[in-house]
Amino acid sequence: MIMAVQSSFKNMTLCLFAVCIVSSALLAAVYAVTKEPIEAAEHAKTVSAIAQVVPEFDGEPVSDTIEVAGKKYPYYAVSKGGQPVGYAITTSASGYGGAVTLMVGITADRVIYNTTVLSQAETPGLGAKCTEPEFADQFKNWNPAEKALKVKKDGGDVDAITASTITSRAYALAVETAVMVYDALAGQVPADGVTGATNTEAGTESDAAEAGVMETDKGE
Amino acid sequence: MGKFQLITKGLVKENPTFVLLLGMCPTLATTTSAINGMSMGLATLFVLVLSNMAISATAPYIPDKVRIPAYIVIIAAFVTILQFIMQAFTPDIYKTLGLFIPLIVVNCIVLGRAEAFANKNSVVDSACDGIGIGLGFTIALTILGLVRELLGSGSAFGYKFIDGDGILVFVLAPGAFMALAYLIVLFKKLTAKKDE
Repeated sequence: MIMAVQSSFKNMTLCLFAVCIVSSALLAAVYAVTKEPIEAAEHAKTVSAIAQVVPEFDGEPVSDTIEVAGKKYPYYAVSKGGQPVGYAITTSASGYGGAVTLMVGITADRVIYNTTVLSQAETPGLGAKCTEPEFADQFKNWNPAEKALKVKKDGGDVDAITASTITSRAYALAVETAVMVYDALAGQVPADGVTGATNTEAGTESDAAEAGVMETDKGE
Repeated sequence: MGKFQLITKGLVKENPTFVLLLGMCPTLATTTSAINGMSMGLATLFVLVLSNMAISATAPYIPDKVRIPAYIVIIAAFVTILQFIMQAFTPDIYKTLGLFIPLIVVNCIVLGRAEAFANKNSVVDSACDGIGIGLGFTIALTILGLVRELLGSGSAFGYKFIDGDGILVFVLAPGAFMALAYLIVLFKKLTAKKDE
């Protein structure tokens, strides 16, 4: 082995400085090149998730965040031919292995169109089944005014996954939170007459939801 | 040692997973399916070859006392580059492997090869060594992932051929240890026969 360079203070400083400069220059270059594809990939993922949970729409989904009961929820408003179709709302609740983050689509008539899991770390084969249609499809066309968003064990109408009540509860809670966010959104937009009523409703629901709801930006 | 032997020794004689037992953290954690295991192996192979080459080229100019920080910065740079590339072009695999990509920085195999081989050998030899060890790691992770996927979910490379679930424990953490243990036993038995 050739060890020509001595470990003097000057040599060590210069060497580490050079290594760091070259490495960061390289990283900056790669970052600049991959920045656009990364953004495009993330955008495509979001758009496909939105398309899954709301009925057909045209144009770009309008992205925004709303603060409900002290927590911020990102959502996307979609419309077709100028008429609002509904909202795709991102919510999360803590499951068995961390946050279960969902995108919930709610149409203009306050019915859940569909839901999709954005991220979860539940046990494979047990809680992770929440991504499968067998469980997730029950939320299709779910009217929260008629059916309670709680697992049957807790007196609601949600069929829990066998041996994964905690995950099922988290899923139901996240959907319920989305309905709460929807009510806040609907109250905020034009229909002034119903604002008072929806707000009170949102208030009580948020109390029940608070315990398990996590901030979405904190999620995995 | 010829270039060919440099590559093949990483596959069997110095297989990082079955013989050296290095890099156990990603080995156990990411091999829930054959595809995941293979992706992790290939990601490590990429970093290993590039870092081996870079370290072998720069080793004569790096003072002995600061070599470890210098190597870590070099390895971390390649891992971050890989991370950007995967995020841009294979977002699905990136999502599955998640945290384990940045953790390649502290994978003992990568730093181990830098210390044990790359800083004493030529760039070409170091690249061959990286390919050999990286392929050995990739093959081991793919086999382990395949075994766990077959037993745990009754599928191979994502193609399901049984109804319902397999033996669930093999997809979970304890199954990783069990599958790895039996594979090591099998590997030792097969290689022992060859030596006789």
